[in-house]
Amino acid sequence: MADGGQESLAAFRDEIADWIDRNAPADVRGRDFDESDICWGGRNFVFKSEGQKLWMDRCSARGLTAPRWDTAYGGAGFTRAQEKVWLEELARLRVKKPLESFGLWMLGPALLAFGTEEQKRHYLPQITRGEIRWCQGYSEPGAGSDLASVQTFGADKGDHWLVNGQKIWTSYADKADWIFALVRTDREAAKHKGISFLLVDMTTPGISTRPIRLISGKSPFCETFFDDVVIPKDQIVGEVNRGWDVAKHLLTHEREMIGGGGSGAIGARSIGSVLADGDITDPHTVARAQKLEIDSLAFGLTMERYRDLAKQGGVGHASAMLKYYGTELNKDRYELLMTAGGSDALAWDGKYGALAPEWLRTKANSIEGGTSEVMLDILSKRVLELPGE
Amino acid sequence: MTALIPTEDEVMLRDAARAFCEAAGVANLRAVRDAGKPYDADLWAEMVAMGWAGVLVGEDEGGSDMGFAAANVLAEEMGRSLIASPFLSSAVIAATALRRAGRSAAAIADGTATYALALDETRKFAPEATAMEARALGNGFVLTGSKAFVAEGTSASRLLVLARAEAGLTLFDIDAESAGLSRDRLALVDSRDHAALRFEGVEATGDDVVGEVGGGLVALGPALRAGQATISAELLGLSVGAFAMTTGYLKERKQFGRVIGSFQALQHRAAHLFSEIEVTASAIAHAGRMLDADPDNADLAVSLAKARASETAGLAVREGVQMHGGIGMTDEYDIGFYMKRARVGAEWLGDYGYHAGRVAALKGQAAA
Ligand SMILES: Cc1cc2nc3c(=O)[nH]c(=O)nc-3n(C[C@H](O)[C@H](O)[C@H](O)COP(=O)(O)OP(=O)(O)OC[C@H]3O[C@@H](n4cnc5c(N)ncnc54)[C@H](O)[C@@H]3O)c2cc1C
Repeated sequence: MADGGQESLAAFRDEIADWIDRNAPADVRGRDFDESDICWGGRNFVFKSEGQKLWMDRCSARGLTAPRWDTAYGGAGFTRAQEKVWLEELARLRVKKPLESFGLWMLGPALLAFGTEEQKRHYLPQITRGEIRWCQGYSEPGAGSDLASVQTFGADKGDHWLVNGQKIWTSYADKADWIFALVRTDREAAKHKGISFLLVDMTTPGISTRPIRLISGKSPFCETFFDDVVIPKDQIVGEVNRGWDVAKHLLTHEREMIGGGGSGAIGARSIGSVLADGDITDPHTVARAQKLEIDSLAFGLTMERYRDLAKQGGVGHASAMLKYYGTELNKDRYELLMTAGGSDALAWDGKYGALAPEWLRTKANSIEGGTSEVMLDILSKRVLELPGE
Repeated sequence: MTALIPTEDEVMLRDAARAFCEAAGVANLRAVRDAGKPYDADLWAEMVAMGWAGVLVGEDEGGSDMGFAAANVLAEEMGRSLIASPFLSSAVIAATALRRAGRSAAAIADGTATYALALDETRKFAPEATAMEARALGNGFVLTGSKAFVAEGTSASRLLVLARAEAGLTLFDIDAESAGLSRDRLALVDSRDHAALRFEGVEATGDDVVGEVGGGLVALGPALRAGQATISAELLGLSVGAFAMTTGYLKERKQFGRVIGSFQALQHRAAHLFSEIEVTASAIAHAGRMLDADPDNADLAVSLAKARASETAGLAVREGVQMHGGIGMTDEYDIGFYMKRARVGAEWLGDYGYHAGRVAALKGQAAA
């Protein structure tokens, strides 16, 4: 499917819509957004339905779980414009995305930029086929916003590293198959210059996880412990002690993805779905809803504009703006949904389903992947070039 | 009107209440939640013994009759430590309604009864829109309908119920175990006792009417204002508690080789939150004084307090979670409990939008 002008894009749209319609099982159609419908893939994943697995397999066979990746790596080789059409048609036909994962959002883009050809051919198709689920081993108890001060240490043992230390807030570590981890491999160097980006099989002896419960009642994140874990030397992305470059590149993708929630575009709950009954007439709430609608629309356009800019050669540190603005907006959206839902929204599982736990979960959006304060700091220092304290 | 700062007696009451509530701490609510209980009955028994349940009950009925400002002091301290109890529903709202109507509140003061207020029928607070039917039958009434959001709904032994009789809205005082009444626990985010109630032909006698038939809102008005002021005081205490936890963390957590409280970006937000809390505290103090001095003209003061407290508590918990970073999102840490209670408290008895509308109307702006 080549990218031509408007005409061929229209033909492409018809073709992809037809394909979706013929291949999407009933299990992945219709219904409002529900977190439990997300397909994460991986060896430990329990599919919600047969249709969910079938849809993932059908899409991955055509590269549609990673539409923009090269076909050699399990993608479909789509252009940006084609990917957009694919997403639009999914939304229009009310069909769920076939697969979501840290591999697609984060590790994949980092491997594409920094991996060897061999690594790309090995790891990327495992991601697109939903075979291997990845988790992210960045944060540590003493290294959150100050990520570059990670202490988990990999001692050089010739053909392998011997890794000891602890990660924290590792989302889905207990469900993931592999972890990408920031490990200090040089204690003498400046803190940014002694970190390596390692890939680790979670079944390697010496790795253990302990789930931590969230305020939303769920338990998707963990402490992850490394106790004399042997990691072969070829499981590194980029050069030894240059892992910070990889880490930062990956973070820009993570941040854009998290920020994207702000536009309300990715199947999220619409304000209308809760406000609709017409019983909310107080001017304060109505004004908030109007403002949110405007900001969401404008932010959605900003995401699009930045993607176009990125195509032209990158937006650099300004991507911190997307993360900051999008997550703050998404938190506002859920505050408003809770206000509109009133007492019906206060239950863990009530008239609006899991709205209350979703609301609580949004509070992490401005923390995970770098806090809003860190984003504002990046904007002040790197984009506005304001002097430091 | 007495000054907007606490009297000597109120300071003593506050210190005693603070010591008591802090000793129980958020651990008490956590234990209540984990055990699936409505509240800690032993703790409540101690509060009753200290005269808290009778804070608005006359001394002739065994109450301590300390007044509304004192009730606010108690609620504020409970809010600081997130203590779960039937204090607001029973000792404040029901005691005020019964006393105003010349009925006995002795059972509230001595703790033999606890009350819940069965009012809301839809997702938003709207007493005037009450639809539940009170059909006349002989000397009495038959109640049919449902109530959606009843605090202390499963644990209360008695209920104040607002229903629509032919003559208009009427307030009833009935046994919570009445035939035809079913109560379903609602699992809400604050882990407190809430229920949805269904009335299927529940019988009430003429004696069960609080105040006049058709005068339900007159009977309930002072009680609602008392409840709104006191939940505002609880939300103020909650804000102060969340803020204290947050500033404590700012002084202790280190990143980039320094305590995060040394970053001006956080300092200024903490200072801003302090300002908001101070402004809200004035509205709460004023509402307490107005209820004691001139309860029938306290509407504006009370709506001002509830609007401010709902907003400030929301800000305090949002800032609290954010400034804690990842740990603020964990159940092991207490700040999330503050966030969940703040949300329920802000909604109960009218949210910001409702009370902002009331304030505007009372100040002669557009009709609410
Ligand atoms: C739901 C959730 C999922 C997560 N998933 C993962 C995961 O999968 N993998 C992973 O590695 N990590 C994960 N994280 C961790 C996340 O990246 C960190 O929580 C985040 O980077 C903040 O670090 P911290 O928690 O140590 O907070 P701190 O860094 O201790 O921050 C505390 C507060 O101080 C502020 N602060 C810090 N420095 C400054 C400054 N210089 N100026 C102003 N304010 C400052 C922060 O903004 C914050 O408000 C997750 C977190 C959450 C909440």
